[in-house]
Amino acid sequence: MTENGSLKISDEQVSLLERLCNASAVSGDEAEVRKIVIEEVRAVADEIKVDVLGNVLARRFGDGENRLKVMLAAHMDEVGMMVIHDEGKGIFRFKLVGGIPAHFLPAKSVAVGKNKIPGIIGAAPIHLTSAAERQNLISVDDMRLDVGPDNGEYVEIGDRVVFSTEFADHDNAVFAKALDDRIGVSILIQLLKNAPKNIDLFAAFTVQEEVGQRGASAAAFELDPDIAIVIDSTPANDQPAWDEGDDRWSGNKQYNTRIRKGPAIYIADRGTISDPRLIKHFVNTSHVEGIPFQLRQPGGGRTDAAAIHKQRSGIPSISISVPARYLHSPVSICDILDWMNTQKLIYFGLVGMPGDILAMEL
Amino acid sequence: MKNLIRSLCEAPGPSGFESGIRKLVTKEVESFADEIRTDNLGNLIVSRGKTGPESKKIMVAAHMDEIGFMVTHIEERGYIRFMPIGGVNADACIGSRVRMMNGSLGLISAERKMTGAKSQTFENMFIDLGFEDQGDWPVQVGDVATYDYRLIELGDRLVSKALDDRIGVAVLVETLRRISYDEIDLQNEVFFVFTVQEEVGLRGAAPAAFGIEPDLGFAVDVTRTGDTPKALRMSVDLGKGPAVKVRDQRLIADPRVVKWMVSAAEKNGIPYQLEVLERGSTDAGAFQLVQTGVPAGCLSIPCRYLHTPSEMVDLRDVKNAVGLMIELLTQPVSLG
Repeated sequence: MTENGSLKISDEQVSLLERLCNASAVSGDEAEVRKIVIEEVRAVADEIKVDVLGNVLARRFGDGENRLKVMLAAHMDEVGMMVIHDEGKGIFRFKLVGGIPAHFLPAKSVAVGKNKIPGIIGAAPIHLTSAAERQNLISVDDMRLDVGPDNGEYVEIGDRVVFSTEFADHDNAVFAKALDDRIGVSILIQLLKNAPKNIDLFAAFTVQEEVGQRGASAAAFELDPDIAIVIDSTPANDQPAWDEGDDRWSGNKQYNTRIRKGPAIYIADRGTISDPRLIKHFVNTSHVEGIPFQLRQPGGGRTDAAAIHKQRSGIPSISISVPARYLHSPVSICDILDWMNTQKLIYFGLVGMPGDILAMEL
Repeated sequence: MKNLIRSLCEAPGPSGFESGIRKLVTKEVESFADEIRTDNLGNLIVSRGKTGPESKKIMVAAHMDEIGFMVTHIEERGYIRFMPIGGVNADACIGSRVRMMNGSLGLISAERKMTGAKSQTFENMFIDLGFEDQGDWPVQVGDVATYDYRLIELGDRLVSKALDDRIGVAVLVETLRRISYDEIDLQNEVFFVFTVQEEVGLRGAAPAAFGIEPDLGFAVDVTRTGDTPKALRMSVDLGKGPAVKVRDQRLIADPRVVKWMVSAAEKNGIPYQLEVLERGSTDAGAFQLVQTGVPAGCLSIPCRYLHTPSEMVDLRDVKNAVGLMIELLTQPVSLG
């Protein structure tokens, strides 16, 4: 990665992202992604362990003097559903795991459990519904998972359910489920493989972010780093019809981020106020290296930083995300250039990280 | 003490941007401190007193940050969209004056209310910094502002934008000052902690306590009163003494800490009130859960009109709080 060529997103990295995104790993059941992560990083990590919650913690030590201990975190889990009740004949009730709007669900193909049993979230067809009924939103309690009349025996209560979307890429666009946060996982794997020598890199592939940053807190306690950088994905609400109004007052004021505008540096979200020293450092890095960046609009949302920065005696933290459209839906889109530039920005930020960054004025 | 309160309250320091307040406090307390340090998140930790078999490690915490506003978007004509930092009272926003941290003055206004809309939301509001022309405006996404009002005195009552919780900060500073000037022996090792980011979810206090590992602790913060027309029911009045917290949304005060505070007040004839706060919380709610747990309570200063540009406290409550603090910190503590 010190050579220019390897900072680009290689075909290999795309196919790793494909495997990561197609894997099922709803919060609390991250085994499939964990297995891929361990395979990828085992050879390059100096130490690797799976903690009791299921976080993969991999340390790679540098070789300079006074090395900063830098935690990099990306979450392995994705939003999805959980089977909660068997109604017989292949019909099941389910609950959401993480934040999915109910109206995204009806008539979607899904995969159930570790064996990816095919299913569908049932919806009454147009022939059997009145115009009035079609105006109403259906609540999740009224929806059912259907795996076919003879297949109920393949499903267990507690099985996780994901959208059965196959990864696709076309030119610079990536289409997949679970880009939140497999895109971050892919970047973290790449950074671990190309770890800068001036720091000790502590990678945390975390569990249960989507249900409240539960894995990251334990990971940060164990790793006990000096600073932390969270790599995640964040919505881009930048569609042209919303972004440009006919008159000057109707423009989109809440785009959060925009596609193709580069990595999104966080100033504040609902869970964390980023450390000002780290904001300054990454903004400077992007100027020096000529990497585009955007400041994510301060607002809602949270990342693992919300849990990490309050751990132990306080861990100065920042999040940097790849912008993506349609997150927490069956399929999201992100831009390969944003993906690459996020990887570059974090890499060069680490290479240039002053060992005494915390001695600078807050 | 009034001058101290004035300078603390009039300085800007929204959550995450407390460095100006930290400098002010450092200047006030450094000569009284045995040790003074700023931690990773920006909490200022000042210790004084003695260690020993009878001595307890006591943490007292007051938060330096105040509510404020953060820029989210700058419109074509220079109108600034923002999000609140902390629980800003939306009704009190419109028409108020603000100051960006770089010194620019401005005001908050709102779009015309749409027919049928009940109240204004922050999405409909904007900051006007008086920009005229397109171009080089000295503001960017992520910049922050606070209310910009002078402190006023109404007899014994003080009105300011940031009494929550600069009044708590002032109580800690004044306590340290009195202990030093009067050469009072501390029977305990006391950690005066000036915390960050309380208003956005009690984020600073727990990391501060992690390093200290106190035997017990309490926050010094403001609390609501029930003594204004049609107020929410609450049996705390302005001017009837500092309030000993029994419970709020995040804390059931350790009964031994409550008893410790109440007995000290009664023994010394200091007026006090008992407080149950149904909505709201303080740093004590966060630091009680650190490490293996910290017996925790809170000494509250009654305050009207919280999270508006005009918060009001009674100076007599403040002075009584300082008196009670000195009793609490200087005597040997036995939680029994």
